[in-house]
Amino acid sequence: MSTTTSPEKTRAEARAELPQGSARPASAPATRSARSTRAAGQSGPSGWFAAPALIMFSAFALLPLGGVIALSFTNWDGISDLSFSGLSSWTTVLTDPVTGNALVVTAKIMFFSYIVQAPISILLGAFVAGRQRYRALLAVFYFVPLLLSSAAIAIAFKALLDPNFGLGAGLGIPLLNQDWLGNADLALFVVIFVIAWQFIPFHTLIYQGAVRQIPASMYEAARIDGAGTIAQFFHITLPQLKYTIITSSTLMVVGSLTYFDLIFILTTGGPGYATRLLPLHMYLTGFKANDMGAASALGVILVVIGVSLALILQRLGGKDRRASQTEGA
Amino acid sequence: MKKRNLLTLIAGSAALALALTGCGSGGPGQTTGAATMWALTGDDTTVMKTSVETWNKEHSDLKIDFNAFAKDGFKPKLRTAIGAGEGPTFVFGWGGGVLADFVKAGQIEDLSDFVAENPEVLKRYIPSVLANGTVDGKTYAIPNNKLQPVVLYYNTAMFTDAGVTPPKTWDDLLDLVKTFNAKGIAPFSLGAQTKWPSLMWLQYLSDRIGGPEAFQAVLDGKPDAWSHPAIIEALTKIQQLVDAGGFINGFASVSSDSGADLALVHTGKAAMVLHGAWSYQTFKTDSPDFVKDGKLGYTTFPTVAGGVGDPKNIVGNPTNFWSISSKATQEQKKAALAYLADGLNNDAYVDDIIASGAVPVVQGVEAKLKSSDNADWLSFVYDMASNAPHFQLSWDQALPPAQGEAMLTNLEQIFLKKITPQEFATTMNATLGK
Repeated sequence: MSTTTSPEKTRAEARAELPQGSARPASAPATRSARSTRAAGQSGPSGWFAAPALIMFSAFALLPLGGVIALSFTNWDGISDLSFSGLSSWTTVLTDPVTGNALVVTAKIMFFSYIVQAPISILLGAFVAGRQRYRALLAVFYFVPLLLSSAAIAIAFKALLDPNFGLGAGLGIPLLNQDWLGNADLALFVVIFVIAWQFIPFHTLIYQGAVRQIPASMYEAARIDGAGTIAQFFHITLPQLKYTIITSSTLMVVGSLTYFDLIFILTTGGPGYATRLLPLHMYLTGFKANDMGAASALGVILVVIGVSLALILQRLGGKDRRASQTEGA
Repeated sequence: MKKRNLLTLIAGSAALALALTGCGSGGPGQTTGAATMWALTGDDTTVMKTSVETWNKEHSDLKIDFNAFAKDGFKPKLRTAIGAGEGPTFVFGWGGGVLADFVKAGQIEDLSDFVAENPEVLKRYIPSVLANGTVDGKTYAIPNNKLQPVVLYYNTAMFTDAGVTPPKTWDDLLDLVKTFNAKGIAPFSLGAQTKWPSLMWLQYLSDRIGGPEAFQAVLDGKPDAWSHPAIIEALTKIQQLVDAGGFINGFASVSSDSGADLALVHTGKAAMVLHGAWSYQTFKTDSPDFVKDGKLGYTTFPTVAGGVGDPKNIVGNPTNFWSISSKATQEQKKAALAYLADGLNNDAYVDDIIASGAVPVVQGVEAKLKSSDNADWLSFVYDMASNAPHFQLSWDQALPPAQGEAMLTNLEQIFLKKITPQEFATTMNATLGK
């Protein structure tokens, strides 16, 4: 606690010292104070520290984004000359029922992924944060999916879910032997399940770290007040995890806009359009149907949705940023 | 002050980034060195590779750099590379709409002068196949592998067990569906997840019912061409077959890329599969005993009562082709043309294709086919192709890519019974001329 307040104090002291400092320029402490005042008052560490990141960001995000916006007003099949086509790509995209369907599929995946992943990750995170041996052992198993790439996971699940040569057929369990990826009503939930399988370990890891940051003294106090395990979870653990929840939620929600590799390999957006979410629709439009103009328009829509969602989520947590989440606040 | 600094910083970074990415475009392209050849990984990779290796040994001044790529993503990769000016000298293709697209974009070398100067090159090939390598009457592509008609494969052991014979008519086929279902065997395997295997059904049915004219109208972009009665009836028959339990359970999850659809037939889970002639090679590789013991049967697609299409018509891919990139250097083009003239489909090449279990698209190979290990199969394919009044290129290759992509997805919806034939026609009519 004292460390968080100390910069404030130093700044205040420095301000108070400043007139004296200017009166005694030879004094070494005063010079140091003056220098720190300039740094703190203006911009902290030099802005050029951000340059490497900004250069990369400009080269690989801003510049291509500009290109995509420009391309969305053209007609281009990838090999011939570009031709300017005004808003025609946009009208194609916005009037195409497949785009609407892709948005719905994306929203469904986002929503269901979130309501499946968030509670499980928090509970698992809180569970493996415990110091018991068996929990550490279980944690190792829970984190295994983190080691696999999306492509490997998709290929493995595709093989397991095969209706004729997969797990269900192999073990002869009728319940497991469904047309998992070929039934339009099931495929979406299979995709959501596989995504959850892949990403819950990652979020569990985040929550594990966050739960371990919660001071034990709070739990001791709660126990003295007579709170049981469940009450402790709801009154201490959850409120203390607020910022972690926001971070993890942002990653989950915005991340679900970028699911591509896994679904591309698992279902290629099928059956029909059942799992064709926006990023996949963009890829198929661009590289299978070779309509780069329409694909770029879809890309712009994707960026707008992603940035808006990230901003909204940050706002949700950022409004009362002053409310400290550290001990005793 | 602070804001301006930030803006300067961003602008500076952006300028630097621009400079950096600018550097990238000068990377290794195809403008230097040997001619490059990008082939598709498959049953012919070895034949092509051997041919190029032999060629390089004999022609140190006309070297070709051979590379083979997996099927998944091959087409987008090729197209992107060509669009970026980094494409190979030898462009792999199927002819048809995609070739026409490349030609229209000025990416493909016109071979008319070359074949006029070297008349023996074209004389080597079956004329009806060569037609698919031409655009507006000019030659842009030379065949590089084998005949690929679609045939009906069946498991002879299962047919013997059930005491039935392969279908000659659509009604026979429906009867077989009942027979096999009653025995708890799936009548047809289908790799519907990969989409194009489903298209074979639509192509054959619409050809048997209405002849090639129905699809020709679509190719010509005539209004409402997809509403042709033959296409509607074909789609209706497909849905009837789905209802009758004609396809294996979970066909929509079966992938053809992994060979699962063929595996269902040679493992005895499904009795028949409609597939391309190239699958014979896959059967041979995946299950050598199945083929050796004569359990792999094959026949032509059945006739449809009342249909006007010639029952000898076939669909599929006449063959694959090599085209020459117009963006290649003179040196690369020289090597490429020399190879097209003397290396491609020379005697050794043709022998290798026959040995692999496929029929080369060159003339006068009947004797060679008859004396090969797979004589029955090869003669069957050769006769089928040479007797066919019409050899329809796969619709997804014949159509421009955007229409082809929409067609495959909508056809998947037909097989899933998510849309009616009329809805299919309405959606597809809207894509005509795009």
